[in-house]
Amino acid sequence: MFNQSQLDAIDAAIHTHLISAGLDHVIFMDMAGNTIANHNNGKTMLDSTAFAALAAGNFAAVDAMAKLVGESEFSLLFHKGEKSSIHFSKVNNETLLITMFNKDISLGLVRLKVAETIQRINSILASDK
Amino acid sequence: MALINVKTKEVQVKIVYYGPGRGGKTTNLEYINKTYRDRIKTEMVSLKTQDDRTLFFDFLPFDVGQIKGFDVTIQLYTVPGQVKYNATRRLVLRGVDGIVFVADVQKEQRKKNIESLNQLYENLETYNLDLFNIPFVMQYNKIDLKQSAIPIVSSQTLQKDLNGLLRAPAFEATALRGGNVIPTLKKIISITLASIQDQLF
Repeated sequence: MFNQSQLDAIDAAIHTHLISAGLDHVIFMDMAGNTIANHNNGKTMLDSTAFAALAAGNFAAVDAMAKLVGESEFSLLFHKGEKSSIHFSKVNNETLLITMFNKDISLGLVRLKVAETIQRINSILASDK
Repeated sequence: MALINVKTKEVQVKIVYYGPGRGGKTTNLEYINKTYRDRIKTEMVSLKTQDDRTLFFDFLPFDVGQIKGFDVTIQLYTVPGQVKYNATRRLVLRGVDGIVFVADVQKEQRKKNIESLNQLYENLETYNLDLFNIPFVMQYNKIDLKQSAIPIVSSQTLQKDLNGLLRAPAFEATALRGGNVIPTLKKIISITLASIQDQLF
């Protein structure tokens, strides 16, 4: 369970690193499909509850496939669409960070910003136990 | 484990309907979806094959009000029942808080019920969970078949087969017509919430 100051700091990190950088929607969630933090730029319409359940299933299925081919994990996934794309990244063994972004933003920038955010979230979780 | 968010004052609880293939797990969720449509904000998500068998899971979230100032959302999942999908069944069980086992009363399904329950025990072990300690409700589905020519196993025998050691609350049900679907749901919600209540302070 996350405490209030951890959740505040995670929300701030998502805003500073991701929403401010122009990403449309960000969900920080656990591997069971529960949403921990949910942020958007105010322009997106998304059923985030169902989305998180499907995202957890998707990530878990790919993780199981990784094991079958002898990889310990595939720590990130990327789905490219015509207008918007989705990037999945593992934060730690229990949580995932999902970002949605439009075609105006490059995948390279997203990966950089996601990496910064994950580092920040992990330091929040480590320092505030 | 239920996700308790102290900032948004939300609790998310995961309940999984488990059991052998074609036993009525999805039918339970479809009935609940129909009955509580006005309380369910989203569409039911079903990942199924072309011939309507569950491929990964069905998902249905709904709100049950507040406990100690926290908004409680129940997330119902089913697993795919077919034998070959055990890897996916195991994935769906991750983070489970409560389980409904939907057994099929048809005589020819007797062995499959037992095998499925044994596999549930093993699958939970992979998450360090013990079937004997998790909130659990048993449902004997398709009981209306006793009025037809299809041979069924009596509930007493099913109790011995499946529930002799577990001694979980059990319901005879007809999921297709909604018989005892809601009492099963209410029971699993109440015992699951009771089990997590200690975590809310």
